[in-house]
Amino acid sequence: MARRSRKASRRHPLATVVLIAIGLVVTGGGYAAFSSTTTATADTEITSQAVIDEGKKLFAANCATCHGMSLEGTDDGPALIGVGAASVNFQVGTGRMPMAMQGPQAMQKPTQFTDEQTAALVAFVASISPGPAVPDESLLQADGDAANGGELFRINCAMCHNVAGAGGALTEGKYAPELTGVLATHIYEAMLTGPQNMPVFNDDNLTPEDKRDIITYLKYIENNPSPGGYELGALGPVAEGLFAWIFGLGAIIGLMVWLTAKSN
Amino acid sequence: MTSTIDRTGSGDSTPAGAAAATDNGPAKPKSGGFTAAASNYIEDRTSISGVVKEFGRKIFPDHWSFMLGEVALYSFVVIILSGTFLTFFFQASMVETHYDGAYVPMKGVEMSAAMESALHISFDVRGGLLVRQIHHWAALLFIAAIGLHMLRVFFTGAFRKPRELNWVIGFLLFVLAMAEGFTGYSLPDDLLSGNGLRIIDGLIKGIPVIGTWTSFLLFGGEFPGTAIVGRLYTLHILLLPAILVAFLALHLVFVIVHKHTQYAGAGRTNNNVIGYPILPVYAAKAGGFFFLVFGVIALMASFFTINPIWNYGPYDPSPVSAGTQPDWYIGFADGALRLIPPGWEFVWLDHTWSINIIVPVIALVGLLAAVAAYPFIEGWVTGDKREHHILDRPRNAPTRTAIGAAGVTFYAGLWAAASSDLMATHFQLSIEGVIHTIQAWVVLGPFLAFFVTKRVCIALMKKDREIVLHGFESGRIVRLPGGEYIEVHEQVDDYERWRLVDFEVYEPIMLRPNAKGQITPGMRFRARVSRWFFEDRIAPAQQQELESGHGHHGTHGDGTDHSLEEGPGLTKP
Repeated sequence: MARRSRKASRRHPLATVVLIAIGLVVTGGGYAAFSSTTTATADTEITSQAVIDEGKKLFAANCATCHGMSLEGTDDGPALIGVGAASVNFQVGTGRMPMAMQGPQAMQKPTQFTDEQTAALVAFVASISPGPAVPDESLLQADGDAANGGELFRINCAMCHNVAGAGGALTEGKYAPELTGVLATHIYEAMLTGPQNMPVFNDDNLTPEDKRDIITYLKYIENNPSPGGYELGALGPVAEGLFAWIFGLGAIIGLMVWLTAKSN
Repeated sequence: MTSTIDRTGSGDSTPAGAAAATDNGPAKPKSGGFTAAASNYIEDRTSISGVVKEFGRKIFPDHWSFMLGEVALYSFVVIILSGTFLTFFFQASMVETHYDGAYVPMKGVEMSAAMESALHISFDVRGGLLVRQIHHWAALLFIAAIGLHMLRVFFTGAFRKPRELNWVIGFLLFVLAMAEGFTGYSLPDDLLSGNGLRIIDGLIKGIPVIGTWTSFLLFGGEFPGTAIVGRLYTLHILLLPAILVAFLALHLVFVIVHKHTQYAGAGRTNNNVIGYPILPVYAAKAGGFFFLVFGVIALMASFFTINPIWNYGPYDPSPVSAGTQPDWYIGFADGALRLIPPGWEFVWLDHTWSINIIVPVIALVGLLAAVAAYPFIEGWVTGDKREHHILDRPRNAPTRTAIGAAGVTFYAGLWAAASSDLMATHFQLSIEGVIHTIQAWVVLGPFLAFFVTKRVCIALMKKDREIVLHGFESGRIVRLPGGEYIEVHEQVDDYERWRLVDFEVYEPIMLRPNAKGQITPGMRFRARVSRWFFEDRIAPAQQQELESGHGHHGTHGDGTDHSLEEGPGLTKP
């Protein structure tokens, strides 16, 4: 008895404080975890208020002229409420935004912001209202089923981007860009958000695994050189015909002239 | 080694006066030796020496442009060799199967046996991909060489009597080659070839009344069906090559019968051919050239991908890839379809009338028919019944050259339109802008090309005439005692002069009443066309003009052979 009571009386003086702290962390953290699942999952660690404030400043200086101070849009640019982190990461991360000028479509160009600045802009836009998040790394490893991805690509993407992702023309000066050299993240985000003239392929249309497979296919043909030799831009019969006429027949005509030249 | 052979004589019975190729006949060995024994053995049993003598002494003039037809021939040989190899492994069947070969992004994909075997050839047959690429590159070169050969024949007037029929045979070879190319393009049953077939199906269905029936007959039911690859295969490896080889043989027989044409030059007349005999020089050159052509094709096939069916995937009627085009030789048909403005179809009598398809089809058929008929049209306009073995320089037949340039411009416009989407993406243009520009090009371009070419030809003829009569500018400036500066003009040498003056020009037909004393509308029409053809002309310098020109200027007593111009305006004879 005495031993037991002595034990009980020997509780550490700070035990109560620790217990309260544990309780607070569990409830607060649980609340935070549950409440943040609806907005963003991947970038919880960077959405600190300081980052968002930095993003707000960058947005005000570089984007607000067209998109409005609170993302409401103007005559020159659409509202960004609800576009989500994925959209901002794609548009800014590929250099399409900020646009150099109004045109048929925003072109890919060297990025204007560092990765940290891009992340800050992403955090700011995502903090205003929820939208599609930046995809999880596990979907971007190009380790899916390339055959399935190829089939999905031919059915859903090749009519604009060409079977080998070499790009293609759209109406009135718009175009579907080349897909080689594009980061897996940006390919995924493009499918998810449908930038510019591209349709949205949401997760009911192409599941995250389908998107992973398409990325796998594109990375396969990007990383494995054509088995037939130099592929002439993968542009199809026009490039082949041009090559046959200029280099093939050109070489042969050179030989013809050489053969019939007077030997003296 | 250059020999001359008489055109009028039949081979060895050369009339006196013409230099005969005496040093190239197959000399009978006197005695001994294996070659002699073997030759005798064969000769005793086949009497082949007559044939060898006849063919071995055929003379071919030497000019690079005369070898274009050979390039086509050799490409065709390469096509036959590589195609035979491909038939060992290709299965012309549309039975459904699943790919299980070496190419990862196709594993487990459902496809036809034809596509599966084409992939098998590409990835699992040793050397298969190389041979496939040789076959395809050779096909592109084959038709390109035919096209250039036809242009050479056209612009030099080599189609004139007696070669009109050989022109038509050559034209048929061109059409057959396109048909061979298209059937081959469709065989692997990949996405690209299926899309091409779908366009052909649309073209056929666009023909009024019989279109749908014809399409069902061809495809064995609704497109794509399960029959078309097998049928195209039979056409591709049996019927079309058989016809092609037959016409090819006929074409070559006519080349032998007519003897080769030649460009004007010293000693070259309408009655002789100057060049190398087949044996031994020309056979050696031509044989070597075959291997050079084969080598170029093999190099292309080794280093450059063609028709990557592993990218296109199996045919499925729903997807169409961006940048779907036919091979280059069908490009003009694809372009014609792309150029038609929207809205050219209407419903009448409960049927859709696809004018948007009928018009380009008629334009293409018309273009091809005009090519086939041109020798007869020109023959009718000139009324010239003589044989022509000396080729024209293109400038010396301005109207023909201008017509040819107009035709090339028209064809080039249609051809370019087939790549309108690639022009738009690669030059950052709008595709509508590209299409509208080419539409204007196709309609106005031929007229512009005709006018400009004709004027350029006539200007060049004037320049030639000027050079013959007054020499060319030597660049040497001389100060005369009186202080006047003149540039010394030098006379061209005899060989060059021959080239510049040995041609003839036609004059427009005089409209005269016929035997019945009538002038029929047909005669009027022909006279009008003749005037359009030959109204503007520059006659070649005549002998007396040359002489008077020389007399006028005189050579100066210092023994040099150049004469001095006396200044512009004073020298017209």
